[in-house]
Amino acid sequence: MSSRDQILQRMRQRRGGALSTPEKDFTPLKRPEWTTEEKLARFRAAMEPVHGEIHDCRNRDWVADLAELLQSRQASTLLVGNGPEPLATLSSSAATLPELVVYDEPVASWKEHLFRNLDAGLTTTRGGIAETGSLILWPDASEPRLISLVPPIHVALLKATELYGTLSDAMAEQDWSSGMPTNALLVSGPSKTADIEQTLAYGVHGPRELIVLVIE
Amino acid sequence: MTESNLTDVRQFHPRARAAIDNPQIRQNFRRAMDGLMDKRRMAFEGWDLEALRTLGASVRQDALARLPDLLEQLEEQLTANGVRVHWAVDGDEACRIVTDICKARNARTVIKGKSMVSEEMHLNHHLQQHGIEALESDLGEYIVQLAEETPSHIIMPAIHKNTGEISELMHEKTGTDRSSDVEYLTASARQQLREKFMAADVGVSGVNFAVAETGTLCLVENEGNGRMTTTVPPCHIAVTGIEKVVPTLQDMSALLALLTRSATGQHITTYVNMVSGPRRGNELDGPDEVHVVLVDNGRSGIYQDDELIDTLRCIRCGACMNHCPVYTRVGGHAYGTTYPGPIGKILMPHLIGLDEGRHLPSASSLCGACGEVCPVKIPIPDLLVRLRQESVDGDRLHPAVVNGHGAKRDWKESLAWQTWRLIHANPLAYRLGTSVASRLRTLQPASLGAWTRYRTAPKLAARTLHQRVRERQP
Amino acid sequence: MTDTLKLYPARPEKVYFYGTCLVDLFYPDAGMAGIQLLEREGIEVIFPEQQTCCGQPAWTSGYHDEARAVARQQLNLFPEDWPIVVPSGSCGGMMRKHYPQLFRDTPEQDVANNVAQRVWELTDFLLNVCRIRLTDQGEPVTVAMHTSCSARRELGLAGTGPELLSQLGRVTVVEQARAEECCGFGGTFAVRHPEISAAMVSEKVDTLTATGAREFVTTDCGCLMNVAGYAEKQGHRLSGQHILSFLWERTREQATDEGAASP
Repeated sequence: MSSRDQILQRMRQRRGGALSTPEKDFTPLKRPEWTTEEKLARFRAAMEPVHGEIHDCRNRDWVADLAELLQSRQASTLLVGNGPEPLATLSSSAATLPELVVYDEPVASWKEHLFRNLDAGLTTTRGGIAETGSLILWPDASEPRLISLVPPIHVALLKATELYGTLSDAMAEQDWSSGMPTNALLVSGPSKTADIEQTLAYGVHGPRELIVLVIE
Repeated sequence: MTESNLTDVRQFHPRARAAIDNPQIRQNFRRAMDGLMDKRRMAFEGWDLEALRTLGASVRQDALARLPDLLEQLEEQLTANGVRVHWAVDGDEACRIVTDICKARNARTVIKGKSMVSEEMHLNHHLQQHGIEALESDLGEYIVQLAEETPSHIIMPAIHKNTGEISELMHEKTGTDRSSDVEYLTASARQQLREKFMAADVGVSGVNFAVAETGTLCLVENEGNGRMTTTVPPCHIAVTGIEKVVPTLQDMSALLALLTRSATGQHITTYVNMVSGPRRGNELDGPDEVHVVLVDNGRSGIYQDDELIDTLRCIRCGACMNHCPVYTRVGGHAYGTTYPGPIGKILMPHLIGLDEGRHLPSASSLCGACGEVCPVKIPIPDLLVRLRQESVDGDRLHPAVVNGHGAKRDWKESLAWQTWRLIHANPLAYRLGTSVASRLRTLQPASLGAWTRYRTAPKLAARTLHQRVRERQP
Repeated sequence: MTDTLKLYPARPEKVYFYGTCLVDLFYPDAGMAGIQLLEREGIEVIFPEQQTCCGQPAWTSGYHDEARAVARQQLNLFPEDWPIVVPSGSCGGMMRKHYPQLFRDTPEQDVANNVAQRVWELTDFLLNVCRIRLTDQGEPVTVAMHTSCSARRELGLAGTGPELLSQLGRVTVVEQARAEECCGFGGTFAVRHPEISAAMVSEKVDTLTATGAREFVTTDCGCLMNVAGYAEKQGHRLSGQHILSFLWERTREQATDEGAASP
């Protein structure tokens, strides 16, 4: 008998007999309906203490803000996805942006360059979670996984209207259970560790900085 | 990581003594555990924690009740997503599966994300024997591997070391300049490990939750090394215990809310990484191959018993050890087991047998702090008592079932308890004995073995309560 | 682990008093204090003479056959439907929580469950059933309180002792750091793992003495033996007392009619 069948059979022929399934009451996870502004305030309150930087660009040109933020960090390259947006907006902007590097080749062909030479990466998001201050990232062919992981600075665009109260809300409203992408992420701040004597240090493997630009 | 740590289980007492006598170890653990307890308390402020724990328990009970079906559903979904699913009855088989995948790809180097199951399997050792280098990438695990030690905590593997020790270690093993600057040490490790991520042929990770409905593997982490491990190498192998499956994403969200708050007092970790398949279509990164190894290694045995099955609810948050007064005093290495602390005491006997693990269930004052904080309400103290019974074959009505049961039974202790029973099951003998003891109290020995090594002996009263009550009666 | 639903009985005419073996042999004053406090509340105390030990030492050591044999002897001591009061969280916890486990699937199952439901830790009973009112007659004093883990977690009585002490006007109660942490007694744990137990009790004594109190009170004789015994052997200026002895001694002159509802 295969290991698989052996394991399954052993459990199905359990000595104690069949087990009953308890009721599951998910109300402890429920939160009140929050307005967009309340959600944004909660998002901020959750993310800022873990060193996520949030800029409200709703009434401004976010590209100009991005340019200024990257300039102040002396970033000379910005990694972006190969989809039409936000590439088109960036390309058509008059702002002084770092050199745009478009992720349009399989990683194997330019891994060295990706790991060694890029200063910042820009991604979109599939919304955010107010309660925990989390971004929902849904990498795909036009926005590969490593943009948000390898460069030392990760800038994410978050539409204020796409803020959800809780993870459960987001999962339900976006109907995650009907099928997940190859990789989905919740990102709540920059990479960090406390493995050396419980002292926080940022940027251990992923980005040292996470900047969220809240847009319309 | 070596095989020798199995035999070290029997060395619990000398190791515990050594830890207790080491002020540095004592201080490292005390400080760390105090901090973690505070953080957990604050993280649950404003929550109905009892209701949330009840939900966590019922999610896990539900998953266990339907475990074989859920595992099949998980397999089906993963397969449909392009993931290859393997099953292993024990750690050795799981190691062989991983090694075979590596060999088929001519892999020379494996980069690892944090995985307690791989520790349980002794995977690194096994890979090494087959000429495959396995490097840990979680900073704590990396430090522990440099030191050629094992993790002393399931969430914070290097918690037993302070900055000075780590600096010295990194200097010696990697040439990093000595420094007390944690940022500098972390940045150095980042650089060293990035090279390894780029070069690694295979990434091996653990799994926090495997969601059956969508075939999704959830990995919860702060550092990003888990994301690197599951994204950069062309092949990703996830190893997981068969009990880690949950029915739905909603179930996962409930456990996630409990896990990070219980473990480190975080509302959420930096990354929740949900992997549902290899690179697909025109995707430009992510592994070409994803494998999942479902490891039994004793779990289907635990599954048989109506009481012991609660052990399988565990979501590996580590809160039980953070709150354990014994763990805080002796640290994680004293146990000599993959999983230390309260969860280790109730889980390890099933993995290594009660003969090897005979000291584990007794190493608790049954204070109940572990059960009180457990996010899925595992009745840890009750399970400890059950395993104590099993280790001495102490209950004829409920015969012991755990492998190696009865190993601790010895005639001297049995005789002592039988004598105790003879006296206490016979009220007359009891009253006679206690009144004689009181009368002869001046002859009470000042030394009562281990008790009086640290304390004075309790003093027998001149008259027992029985006598005093009787004297009052008209 | 604690009761999700605990229904206190109405104040009864009589109670059974289960003294416990540690009180019987080492701390009979605490037992007498408990009896006198109950009597002052107008409750008749029945002390079943055939009582010995609840069986807990064998239970926690894994010798369940022996524990059952001894516990079975106790089941017959409480034939009438009166509450059973116990001056110990640990023995109270054994009878309330573990008798049902110990006698599961045995002929004594029903009587064990019945006994378990009637068991009350005595400070809990005094506070929540008798609704005792204490009038402090003693000199001003500062004490620390150590609630046993079984009282705190098994029976959910973390607040009971402090609440009783707060009725004593001239007693200042100070709380030690990590008050909820175990003192390291744990029954046979203290002799099976003496070094670990000693490491625990030494920190407990340190935190207690750091409060500045010279005295501590506790709900359980096991903790008392352990903490006071350690403090004495190591020469710390810290002495301990069972909370019942302490309450009785400070209020023994209190007139009976000050009790809430004497018959």
